Amino acid sequence: MIEFIDVSKTYPNGFQGLKKINLKIEKGEFVVIVGLSGAGKSTLLRSINKLNEITDGEILIDGISITDATGADLRRIRRDIGMIFQNFNLVKRSTVLRNVLSGRVGYHSTWRTIFGLFPKEDENLAFDALERVNILDKAYTRADQLSGGQQQRVSIARALAQEAKIILADEPVASLDPLTTKQVMDDLQRINQELGITTIVNLHHVELAKEYATRIIGMRAGEVVFDGPAAKADDETFAEIYGQGIKESGLLGESVS
Amino acid sequence: MNPEQKRTIPPSPSKIKGYITAILFIILIWGSSVKTESSIGEFIVGFPNIMDLLGQMFPPNWGYFNNITDAMLETIRMAVIGTTFGAILSIPVTLFSASNLVQNAWIFYPVRFILNLIRTIPDLLLAAIFVAIFGLGSLPGILSLTVFSIGIIAKLTYEAIESIDQGPLEAMTAVGANKIQLIVFGVIPQVLAYFISYILYTFEINVRAAAVLGLVGAGGIGLFYNKTLGFLEYDKASSIILYTLVVVLFIDFISTKLREKLI
Repeated sequence: MIEFIDVSKTYPNGFQGLKKINLKIEKGEFVVIVGLSGAGKSTLLRSINKLNEITDGEILIDGISITDATGADLRRIRRDIGMIFQNFNLVKRSTVLRNVLSGRVGYHSTWRTIFGLFPKEDENLAFDALERVNILDKAYTRADQLSGGQQQRVSIARALAQEAKIILADEPVASLDPLTTKQVMDDLQRINQELGITTIVNLHHVELAKEYATRIIGMRAGEVVFDGPAAKADDETFAEIYGQGIKESGLLGESVS
Repeated sequence: MNPEQKRTIPPSPSKIKGYITAILFIILIWGSSVKTESSIGEFIVGFPNIMDLLGQMFPPNWGYFNNITDAMLETIRMAVIGTTFGAILSIPVTLFSASNLVQNAWIFYPVRFILNLIRTIPDLLLAAIFVAIFGLGSLPGILSLTVFSIGIIAKLTYEAIESIDQGPLEAMTAVGANKIQLIVFGVIPQVLAYFISYILYTFEINVRAAAVLGLVGAGGIGLFYNKTLGFLEYDKASSIILYTLVVVLFIDFISTKLREKLI
Protein backbone atom coordinates (compact mmCIF):
# COMPACT_ATOMS: atom_id res chain seq x y z
CA MET A 1 0.00 0.00 0.00
CA ILE A 2 1.20 3.49 -0.85
CA GLU A 3 0.11 6.38 1.33
CA PHE A 4 0.55 10.09 0.63
CA ILE A 5 0.12 12.21 3.75
CA ASP A 6 -0.11 15.96 3.13
CA VAL A 7 2.56 15.77 0.47
CA SER A 8 3.76 19.07 -0.97
CA LYS A 9 6.61 19.95 -3.26
CA THR A 10 7.86 23.48 -3.68
CA TYR A 11 10.66 24.07 -6.17
CA PRO A 12 13.51 26.44 -5.25
CA ASN A 13 12.00 29.07 -7.56
CA GLY A 14 8.80 29.02 -5.51
CA PHE A 15 6.69 27.00 -7.96
CA GLN A 16 4.38 24.57 -6.20
CA GLY A 17 4.59 21.22 -7.98
CA LEU A 18 2.37 19.36 -5.50
CA LYS A 19 -0.12 20.85 -3.06
CA LYS A 20 -1.15 18.88 0.04
CA ILE A 21 -1.73 15.57 -1.67
CA ASN A 22 -3.48 12.86 0.32
CA LEU A 23 -3.87 9.50 -1.37
CA LYS A 24 -4.04 5.82 -0.57
CA ILE A 25 -3.25 3.29 -3.25
CA GLU A 26 -4.07 -0.31 -2.36
CA LYS A 27 -2.12 -3.38 -3.40
CA GLY A 28 -2.99 -4.67 -6.87
CA GLU A 29 -4.61 -1.51 -8.16
CA PHE A 30 -4.03 -0.29 -11.72
CA VAL A 31 -3.99 3.45 -11.30
CA VAL A 32 -3.69 5.87 -14.18
CA ILE A 33 -2.78 9.46 -13.44
CA VAL A 34 -3.99 11.92 -16.06
CA GLY A 35 -3.55 15.64 -16.44
CA LEU A 36 -1.94 18.32 -18.55
CA SER A 37 1.83 18.60 -18.89
CA GLY A 38 3.10 20.42 -15.82
CA ALA A 39 0.12 19.39 -13.70
CA GLY A 40 2.42 17.42 -11.40
CA LYS A 41 1.88 13.86 -12.67
CA SER A 42 5.57 13.13 -13.06
CA THR A 43 6.47 14.82 -9.80
CA LEU A 44 3.87 12.73 -8.00
CA LEU A 45 5.03 9.47 -9.56
CA ARG A 46 8.71 10.14 -9.03
CA SER A 47 8.21 11.07 -5.43
CA ILE A 48 7.02 7.51 -4.74
CA ASN A 49 10.54 6.10 -5.20
CA LYS A 50 12.21 9.35 -4.13
CA LEU A 51 13.69 10.16 -7.53
CA ASN A 52 12.14 13.52 -6.69
CA GLU A 53 12.33 14.76 -3.12
CA ILE A 54 9.23 16.23 -1.58
CA THR A 55 9.45 19.32 0.61
CA ASP A 56 6.55 18.59 2.95
CA GLY A 57 4.52 15.65 4.20
CA GLU A 58 5.36 11.98 4.08
CA ILE A 59 5.04 9.01 1.74
CA LEU A 60 4.67 5.54 3.23
CA ILE A 61 5.30 2.34 1.29
CA ASP A 62 3.73 -0.60 3.13
CA GLY A 63 3.87 1.48 6.29
CA ILE A 64 7.54 2.42 5.95
CA SER A 65 8.43 6.04 5.24
CA ILE A 66 10.50 6.46 2.10
CA THR A 67 10.67 10.16 2.82
CA ASP A 68 12.91 9.58 5.84
CA ALA A 69 14.87 6.70 4.30
CA THR A 70 18.45 7.22 3.18
CA GLY A 71 21.41 5.09 2.09
CA ALA A 72 20.95 1.33 2.29
CA ASP A 73 17.37 1.64 3.66
CA LEU A 74 16.36 3.78 0.70
CA ARG A 75 17.97 1.35 -1.75
CA ARG A 76 16.13 -1.55 -0.08
CA ILE A 77 12.78 0.20 -0.61
CA ARG A 78 13.64 1.16 -4.20
CA ARG A 79 14.55 -2.46 -4.93
CA ASP A 80 10.88 -3.33 -4.56
CA ILE A 81 9.68 -0.57 -6.89
CA GLY A 82 10.15 -1.04 -10.64
CA MET A 83 10.21 2.00 -12.85
CA ILE A 84 9.44 2.37 -16.54
CA PHE A 85 10.44 5.54 -18.35
CA GLN A 86 9.28 7.30 -21.48
CA ASN A 87 12.76 6.94 -23.03
CA PHE A 88 13.18 3.33 -21.80
CA ASN A 89 16.51 4.23 -20.13
CA LEU A 90 18.25 1.05 -21.14
CA VAL A 91 22.02 0.88 -21.56
CA LYS A 92 22.02 0.71 -25.34
CA ARG A 93 25.48 -0.82 -25.68
CA SER A 94 24.67 -3.69 -23.30
CA THR A 95 22.74 -6.84 -24.15
CA VAL A 96 19.08 -7.22 -23.33
CA LEU A 97 19.94 -9.86 -20.71
CA ARG A 98 22.42 -7.60 -18.94
CA ASN A 99 19.87 -4.80 -18.92
CA VAL A 100 17.31 -7.08 -17.32
CA LEU A 101 19.84 -8.46 -14.84
CA SER A 102 20.73 -4.92 -13.81
CA GLY A 103 17.36 -4.98 -12.05
CA ARG A 104 18.84 -7.58 -9.66
CA VAL A 105 21.80 -5.57 -8.37
CA GLY A 106 19.94 -4.47 -5.25
CA TYR A 107 19.83 -8.10 -4.09
CA HIS A 108 23.57 -8.79 -4.16
CA SER A 109 26.85 -7.51 -2.80
CA THR A 110 28.68 -4.85 -4.74
CA TRP A 111 31.60 -7.22 -5.47
CA ARG A 112 29.39 -9.89 -6.87
CA THR A 113 27.63 -7.50 -9.22
CA ILE A 114 30.85 -5.80 -10.37
CA PHE A 115 32.00 -9.09 -11.85
CA GLY A 116 28.53 -9.92 -13.16
CA LEU A 117 28.35 -13.07 -11.01
CA PHE A 118 24.59 -13.37 -10.86
CA PRO A 119 23.33 -16.70 -9.50
CA LYS A 120 21.57 -19.12 -11.83
CA GLU A 121 18.19 -18.29 -10.27
CA ASP A 122 18.64 -14.67 -11.26
CA GLU A 123 19.28 -15.60 -14.85
CA ASN A 124 16.18 -17.77 -14.81
CA LEU A 125 14.21 -14.87 -13.37
CA ALA A 126 15.49 -12.68 -16.19
CA PHE A 127 14.54 -15.26 -18.81
CA ASP A 128 11.09 -15.68 -17.25
CA ALA A 129 10.60 -11.93 -17.31
CA LEU A 130 11.62 -11.73 -20.96
CA GLU A 131 9.30 -14.58 -21.80
CA ARG A 132 6.43 -12.81 -20.07
CA VAL A 133 6.81 -9.83 -22.39
CA ASN A 134 7.39 -12.07 -25.45
CA ILE A 135 10.92 -11.02 -26.16
CA LEU A 136 12.94 -14.01 -24.93
CA ASP A 137 14.55 -14.59 -28.33
CA LYS A 138 16.28 -11.20 -28.09
CA ALA A 139 18.08 -12.01 -24.81
CA TYR A 140 21.57 -11.78 -26.29
CA THR A 141 20.87 -8.91 -28.68
CA ARG A 142 22.31 -5.50 -27.96
CA ALA A 143 19.58 -3.17 -26.72
CA ASP A 144 20.20 -0.58 -29.45
CA GLN A 145 19.27 -3.18 -32.07
CA LEU A 146 15.66 -3.27 -30.84
CA SER A 147 12.69 -1.14 -31.85
CA GLY A 148 11.15 1.31 -29.41
CA GLY A 149 8.34 -1.03 -28.42
CA GLN A 150 10.75 -3.90 -27.86
CA GLN A 151 13.02 -1.69 -25.76
CA GLN A 152 10.07 -0.70 -23.60
CA ARG A 153 9.23 -4.36 -23.08
CA VAL A 154 12.82 -4.97 -22.00
CA SER A 155 12.43 -2.24 -19.41
CA ILE A 156 9.23 -3.91 -18.19
CA ALA A 157 11.19 -7.17 -17.96
CA ARG A 158 13.79 -5.34 -15.88
CA ALA A 159 11.09 -4.30 -13.42
CA LEU A 160 9.79 -7.89 -13.34
CA ALA A 161 13.26 -9.34 -12.74
CA GLN A 162 13.50 -6.92 -9.86
CA GLU A 163 10.53 -8.81 -8.32
CA ALA A 164 8.98 -5.42 -7.81
CA LYS A 165 5.83 -5.12 -5.73
CA ILE A 166 5.01 -1.79 -7.33
CA ILE A 167 5.56 -0.67 -10.92
CA LEU A 168 5.71 3.03 -11.72
CA ALA A 169 5.43 3.95 -15.38
CA ASP A 170 6.16 7.54 -16.34
CA GLU A 171 4.59 8.18 -19.77
CA PRO A 172 5.54 4.67 -20.91
CA VAL A 173 3.93 4.97 -24.33
CA ALA A 174 4.53 8.63 -25.17
CA SER A 175 7.24 7.81 -27.72
CA LEU A 176 5.56 4.73 -29.21
CA ASP A 177 3.19 4.27 -32.14
CA PRO A 178 -0.45 3.25 -31.53
CA LEU A 179 0.13 -0.46 -32.18
CA THR A 180 3.13 -0.84 -29.87
CA THR A 181 1.32 1.38 -27.39
CA LYS A 182 -1.40 -1.23 -27.16
CA GLN A 183 1.12 -4.07 -26.76
CA VAL A 184 2.96 -2.30 -23.97
CA MET A 185 -0.24 -1.33 -22.15
CA ASP A 186 -1.53 -4.90 -22.52
CA ASP A 187 1.73 -6.19 -21.03
CA LEU A 188 1.38 -3.84 -18.07
CA GLN A 189 -2.24 -4.86 -17.56
CA ARG A 190 -1.50 -8.56 -17.78
CA ILE A 191 1.34 -8.27 -15.26
CA ASN A 192 -0.92 -6.32 -12.96
CA GLN A 193 -3.65 -8.94 -13.16
CA GLU A 194 -1.54 -12.09 -13.12
CA LEU A 195 1.07 -11.09 -10.57
CA GLY A 196 -0.94 -8.58 -8.58
CA ILE A 197 1.74 -5.92 -8.89
CA THR A 198 0.43 -2.49 -7.98
CA THR A 199 0.80 -0.43 -11.15
CA ILE A 200 0.74 3.35 -11.41
CA VAL A 201 0.92 4.85 -14.87
CA ASN A 202 1.14 8.44 -16.05
CA LEU A 203 -0.70 8.95 -19.31
CA HIS A 204 -1.57 11.81 -21.60
CA HIS A 205 -4.22 9.86 -23.36
CA VAL A 206 -7.73 9.89 -21.92
CA GLU A 207 -8.97 6.93 -23.97
CA LEU A 208 -6.09 4.74 -22.79
CA ALA A 209 -6.76 5.74 -19.21
CA LYS A 210 -10.41 4.71 -19.49
CA GLU A 211 -9.53 1.45 -21.19
CA TYR A 212 -6.86 0.17 -18.79
CA ALA A 213 -7.28 1.83 -15.42
CA THR A 214 -9.18 0.42 -12.47
CA ARG A 215 -8.83 3.81 -10.90
CA ILE A 216 -8.15 7.22 -12.38
CA ILE A 217 -6.49 10.09 -10.59
CA GLY A 218 -6.85 13.45 -12.29
CA MET A 219 -4.35 16.17 -11.54
CA ARG A 220 -4.47 19.85 -12.23
CA ALA A 221 -1.97 22.48 -11.07
CA GLY A 222 -0.47 20.22 -8.42
CA GLU A 223 -3.76 19.11 -6.92
CA VAL A 224 -5.85 15.97 -7.19
CA VAL A 225 -9.09 17.10 -8.84
CA PHE A 226 -10.53 13.64 -9.49
CA ASP A 227 -10.03 10.30 -7.82
CA GLY A 228 -12.31 7.40 -8.55
CA PRO A 229 -12.99 4.22 -10.51
CA ALA A 230 -12.45 4.47 -14.26
CA ALA A 231 -16.14 3.82 -14.88
CA LYS A 232 -17.10 6.96 -12.99
CA ALA A 233 -14.85 9.20 -15.08
CA ASP A 234 -17.02 10.73 -17.80
CA ASP A 235 -16.47 13.55 -20.26
CA GLU A 236 -17.39 16.11 -17.59
CA THR A 237 -14.63 14.77 -15.39
CA PHE A 238 -12.00 15.06 -18.08
CA ALA A 239 -13.19 18.52 -18.96
CA GLU A 240 -12.62 19.40 -15.32
CA ILE A 241 -9.13 17.89 -15.33
CA TYR A 242 -8.00 19.35 -18.62
CA GLY A 243 -9.96 22.57 -18.56
CA GLN A 244 -12.71 23.27 -21.06
CA GLY A 245 -10.36 23.15 -24.08
CA ILE A 246 -10.52 19.39 -24.38
CA LYS A 247 -14.14 19.24 -25.59
CA GLU A 248 -13.54 21.40 -28.64
CA SER A 249 -10.23 19.70 -29.51
CA GLY A 250 -12.09 16.43 -29.98
CA LEU A 251 -9.43 14.59 -27.99
CA LEU A 252 -12.08 12.68 -26.08
CA GLY A 253 -13.39 11.02 -29.21
CA GLU A 254 -9.99 9.87 -30.39
CA SER A 255 -9.20 6.19 -29.99
CA VAL A 256 -6.11 4.03 -30.19
CA SER A 257 -5.10 1.66 -33.01
CA MET B 1 8.74 43.92 -54.70
CA ASN B 2 7.24 47.31 -55.06
CA PRO B 3 9.89 49.53 -56.72
CA GLU B 4 8.29 52.68 -55.42
CA GLN B 5 8.83 51.57 -51.85
CA LYS B 6 11.90 53.27 -50.46
CA ARG B 7 14.46 50.80 -49.22
CA THR B 8 16.35 51.66 -46.10
CA ILE B 9 19.71 49.96 -46.28
CA PRO B 10 21.24 49.62 -42.82
CA PRO B 11 24.69 51.22 -42.48
CA SER B 12 27.47 48.68 -42.89
CA PRO B 13 29.18 47.80 -39.61
CA SER B 14 32.42 49.56 -38.82
CA LYS B 15 35.57 47.82 -40.05
CA ILE B 16 37.79 49.45 -37.44
CA LYS B 17 37.79 46.33 -35.22
CA GLY B 18 39.25 44.22 -38.01
CA TYR B 19 41.97 46.77 -38.78
CA ILE B 20 43.01 47.04 -35.13
CA THR B 21 43.17 43.24 -34.82
CA ALA B 22 45.39 43.02 -37.92
CA ILE B 23 47.71 45.79 -36.68
CA LEU B 24 48.04 44.20 -33.22
CA PHE B 25 48.80 40.84 -34.80
CA ILE B 26 51.56 42.30 -37.02
CA ILE B 27 53.09 44.13 -34.03
CA LEU B 28 53.05 40.86 -32.05
CA ILE B 29 54.87 38.91 -34.78
CA TRP B 30 57.36 41.69 -35.46
CA GLY B 31 58.02 42.23 -31.74
CA SER B 32 58.57 38.51 -31.13
CA SER B 33 61.02 38.30 -33.99
CA VAL B 34 62.99 41.31 -32.79
CA LYS B 35 63.11 40.06 -29.19
CA THR B 36 64.27 36.57 -30.18
CA GLU B 37 66.82 38.12 -32.54
CA SER B 38 65.71 35.98 -35.45
CA SER B 39 65.28 37.42 -38.91
CA ILE B 40 64.52 36.25 -42.42
CA GLY B 41 68.00 37.35 -43.44
CA GLU B 42 69.51 34.99 -40.92
CA PHE B 43 67.38 32.18 -42.29
CA ILE B 44 68.60 32.85 -45.84
CA VAL B 45 72.24 33.01 -44.73
CA GLY B 46 71.86 29.74 -42.81
CA PHE B 47 69.95 27.96 -45.53
CA PRO B 48 72.93 26.39 -47.32
CA ASN B 49 73.83 24.71 -44.01
CA ILE B 50 70.62 22.75 -44.23
CA MET B 51 71.62 21.34 -47.59
CA ASP B 52 75.05 20.69 -46.19
CA LEU B 53 73.60 18.73 -43.26
CA LEU B 54 71.21 16.81 -45.47
CA GLY B 55 74.15 15.91 -47.69
CA GLN B 56 76.01 14.50 -44.71
CA MET B 57 72.93 12.59 -43.60
CA PHE B 58 72.69 10.87 -46.96
CA PRO B 59 73.05 7.99 -47.42
CA PRO B 60 71.89 6.78 -44.00
CA ASN B 61 74.12 4.26 -42.28
CA TRP B 62 71.98 1.18 -42.85
CA GLY B 63 74.25 -1.04 -40.79
CA TYR B 64 73.49 1.07 -37.74
CA PHE B 65 69.94 -0.32 -37.59
CA ASN B 66 71.23 -3.43 -35.82
CA ASN B 67 72.82 -1.35 -33.06
CA ILE B 68 69.67 0.57 -32.26
CA THR B 69 66.98 -2.12 -32.48
CA ASP B 70 67.31 -2.90 -28.77
CA ALA B 71 66.92 0.78 -27.92
CA MET B 72 63.92 1.05 -30.24
CA LEU B 73 62.25 -1.93 -28.57
CA GLU B 74 63.00 -0.37 -25.20
CA THR B 75 61.29 2.81 -26.38
CA ILE B 76 58.16 0.89 -27.33
CA ARG B 77 58.19 -1.08 -24.08
CA MET B 78 58.45 2.17 -22.12
CA ALA B 79 55.45 3.51 -24.00
CA VAL B 80 53.47 0.29 -23.37
CA ILE B 81 54.18 0.24 -19.63
CA GLY B 82 53.75 3.99 -19.20
CA THR B 83 50.42 4.02 -21.05
CA THR B 84 49.12 0.99 -19.15
CA PHE B 85 49.93 2.37 -15.71
CA GLY B 86 48.66 5.77 -16.77
CA ALA B 87 45.37 4.23 -17.92
CA ILE B 88 44.91 2.31 -14.66
CA LEU B 89 45.68 5.34 -12.50
CA SER B 90 43.45 7.57 -14.61
CA ILE B 91 40.33 5.53 -13.74
CA PRO B 92 39.84 6.91 -10.20
CA VAL B 93 40.92 10.39 -11.33
CA THR B 94 38.32 10.24 -14.12
CA LEU B 95 35.51 9.18 -11.80
CA PHE B 96 36.27 11.98 -9.37
CA SER B 97 36.39 14.62 -12.13
CA ALA B 98 33.03 13.86 -13.73
CA SER B 99 30.48 16.34 -12.43
CA ASN B 100 27.55 14.03 -13.16
CA LEU B 101 29.00 11.28 -10.92
CA VAL B 102 30.46 13.39 -8.12
CA GLN B 103 27.92 16.11 -7.55
CA ASN B 104 30.14 17.82 -4.99
CA ALA B 105 31.98 20.75 -6.61
CA TRP B 106 34.47 20.70 -3.73
CA ILE B 107 35.71 17.38 -5.06
CA PHE B 108 35.61 17.57 -8.84
CA TYR B 109 37.04 21.08 -9.25
CA PRO B 110 40.21 20.42 -7.22
CA VAL B 111 40.73 17.07 -8.99
CA ARG B 112 40.34 18.75 -12.37
CA PHE B 113 42.71 21.50 -11.28
CA ILE B 114 45.40 18.94 -10.46
CA LEU B 115 44.69 17.26 -13.79
CA ASN B 116 45.20 20.56 -15.63
CA LEU B 117 48.39 21.15 -13.68
CA ILE B 118 49.73 17.75 -14.77
CA ARG B 119 48.97 18.51 -18.39
CA THR B 120 50.86 21.81 -18.33
CA ILE B 121 54.16 20.09 -17.44
CA PRO B 122 55.99 19.08 -20.66
CA ASP B 123 56.90 15.38 -20.77
CA LEU B 124 60.59 16.19 -21.24
CA LEU B 125 60.58 18.29 -18.07
CA LEU B 126 58.82 15.48 -16.18
CA ALA B 127 61.47 13.07 -17.40
CA ALA B 128 64.28 15.43 -16.34
CA ILE B 129 62.75 15.66 -12.85
CA PHE B 130 62.41 11.87 -12.55
CA VAL B 131 65.98 11.37 -13.82
CA ALA B 132 67.14 13.71 -11.07
CA ILE B 133 65.26 11.56 -8.53
CA PHE B 134 65.81 8.01 -9.79
CA GLY B 135 68.95 8.40 -11.89
CA LEU B 136 69.51 7.52 -15.55
CA GLY B 137 67.60 4.66 -17.18
CA SER B 138 64.18 3.79 -18.49
CA LEU B 139 62.41 3.90 -15.09
CA PRO B 140 62.22 7.72 -15.00
CA GLY B 141 61.05 7.61 -18.62
CA ILE B 142 58.25 5.20 -17.75
CA LEU B 143 57.22 7.30 -14.76
CA SER B 144 57.05 10.48 -16.79
CA LEU B 145 54.99 8.75 -19.49
CA THR B 146 52.66 7.43 -16.78
CA VAL B 147 52.02 10.89 -15.37
CA PHE B 148 51.74 12.33 -18.88
CA SER B 149 49.17 9.64 -19.83
CA ILE B 150 47.00 10.29 -16.78
CA GLY B 151 46.69 13.90 -17.92
CA ILE B 152 45.42 12.99 -21.37
CA ILE B 153 43.32 9.87 -20.68
CA ALA B 154 41.58 11.21 -17.59
CA LYS B 155 40.70 14.50 -19.26
CA LEU B 156 39.24 12.91 -22.41
CA THR B 157 37.40 10.19 -20.48
CA TYR B 158 35.75 12.42 -17.91
CA GLU B 159 34.46 14.57 -20.73
CA ALA B 160 33.06 11.42 -22.37
CA ILE B 161 31.39 10.48 -19.07
CA GLU B 162 29.81 13.90 -18.77
CA SER B 163 28.22 13.52 -22.19
CA ILE B 164 26.65 10.07 -21.63
CA ASP B 165 22.92 9.40 -21.63
CA GLN B 166 21.72 10.09 -18.06
CA GLY B 167 18.65 7.88 -18.47
CA PRO B 168 20.30 4.57 -17.53
CA LEU B 169 21.79 6.21 -14.42
CA GLU B 170 18.30 7.26 -13.37
CA ALA B 171 17.07 3.74 -14.02
CA MET B 172 19.88 2.26 -11.93
CA THR B 173 19.07 4.64 -9.09
CA ALA B 174 15.45 3.53 -9.33
CA VAL B 175 16.29 -0.20 -9.04
CA GLY B 176 18.16 0.51 -5.80
CA ALA B 177 21.75 0.32 -7.06
CA ASN B 178 24.51 1.89 -5.00
CA LYS B 179 27.04 4.28 -6.49
CA ILE B 180 29.52 1.60 -7.57
CA GLN B 181 26.80 -0.57 -9.13
CA LEU B 182 25.45 2.50 -10.90
CA ILE B 183 28.89 3.14 -12.40
CA VAL B 184 29.47 -0.50 -13.36
CA PHE B 185 26.05 -0.98 -14.99
CA GLY B 186 25.16 2.53 -16.15
CA VAL B 187 28.40 4.35 -16.92
CA ILE B 188 31.08 1.85 -17.94
CA PRO B 189 29.16 0.20 -20.81
CA GLN B 190 28.56 3.66 -22.24
CA VAL B 191 32.17 4.89 -22.10
CA LEU B 192 34.31 1.73 -22.35
CA ALA B 193 34.84 1.99 -26.11
CA TYR B 194 35.86 5.63 -25.79
CA PHE B 195 38.19 4.85 -22.90
CA ILE B 196 40.01 2.15 -24.88
CA SER B 197 40.20 4.42 -27.90
CA TYR B 198 41.77 7.18 -25.77
CA ILE B 199 44.30 4.70 -24.38
CA LEU B 200 45.36 3.77 -27.91
CA TYR B 201 45.56 7.42 -28.89
CA THR B 202 47.71 8.14 -25.83
CA PHE B 203 49.91 5.17 -26.72
CA GLU B 204 50.57 6.74 -30.13
CA ILE B 205 51.58 10.00 -28.48
CA ASN B 206 53.71 8.15 -25.92
CA VAL B 207 55.74 6.28 -28.55
CA ARG B 208 56.64 9.63 -30.09
CA ALA B 209 57.35 11.16 -26.69
CA ALA B 210 59.42 8.14 -25.59
CA ALA B 211 61.61 8.54 -28.65
CA VAL B 212 63.00 11.84 -27.38
CA LEU B 213 63.01 11.15 -23.62
CA GLY B 214 66.54 9.75 -24.01
CA LEU B 215 67.74 13.31 -24.60
CA VAL B 216 67.51 13.90 -20.85
CA GLY B 217 68.78 10.42 -20.00
CA ALA B 218 65.42 8.74 -19.48
CA GLY B 219 66.12 5.69 -21.65
CA GLY B 220 65.04 4.62 -25.11
CA ILE B 221 66.20 5.56 -28.59
CA GLY B 222 66.63 9.25 -27.66
CA LEU B 223 69.96 8.42 -26.04
CA PHE B 224 71.33 7.59 -29.47
CA TYR B 225 70.21 10.89 -30.98
CA ASN B 226 72.27 12.61 -28.35
CA LYS B 227 75.27 10.40 -28.94
CA THR B 228 75.34 10.48 -32.75
CA LEU B 229 74.57 14.19 -33.01
CA GLY B 230 77.25 14.89 -30.39
CA PHE B 231 79.84 12.99 -32.42
CA LEU B 232 78.62 14.63 -35.66
CA GLU B 233 77.74 11.19 -37.06
CA TYR B 234 74.93 12.48 -39.23
CA ASP B 235 74.60 9.33 -41.32
CA LYS B 236 73.80 7.39 -38.14
CA ALA B 237 71.47 10.12 -36.92
CA SER B 238 69.51 9.95 -40.15
CA SER B 239 69.11 6.18 -39.85
CA ILE B 240 67.71 6.67 -36.32
CA ILE B 241 65.27 9.26 -37.63
CA LEU B 242 64.15 6.96 -40.45
CA TYR B 243 63.81 4.02 -38.09
CA THR B 244 61.73 6.08 -35.66
CA LEU B 245 59.57 7.36 -38.49
CA VAL B 246 58.81 3.84 -39.74
CA VAL B 247 57.99 2.53 -36.26
CA VAL B 248 55.80 5.51 -35.35
CA LEU B 249 53.92 5.38 -38.65
CA PHE B 250 53.36 1.65 -38.24
CA ILE B 251 52.03 2.00 -34.68
CA ASP B 252 49.86 4.99 -35.63
CA PHE B 253 48.39 3.04 -38.53
CA ILE B 254 47.51 -0.03 -36.42
CA SER B 255 46.14 2.09 -33.58
CA THR B 256 44.02 4.27 -35.87
CA LYS B 257 42.54 1.17 -37.51
CA LEU B 258 41.72 -0.29 -34.10
CA ARG B 259 40.11 2.95 -32.94
CA GLU B 260 37.95 3.13 -36.05
CA LYS B 261 36.64 -0.34 -35.23
CA LEU B 262 35.89 0.64 -31.63
CA ILE B 263 33.65 3.65 -32.08
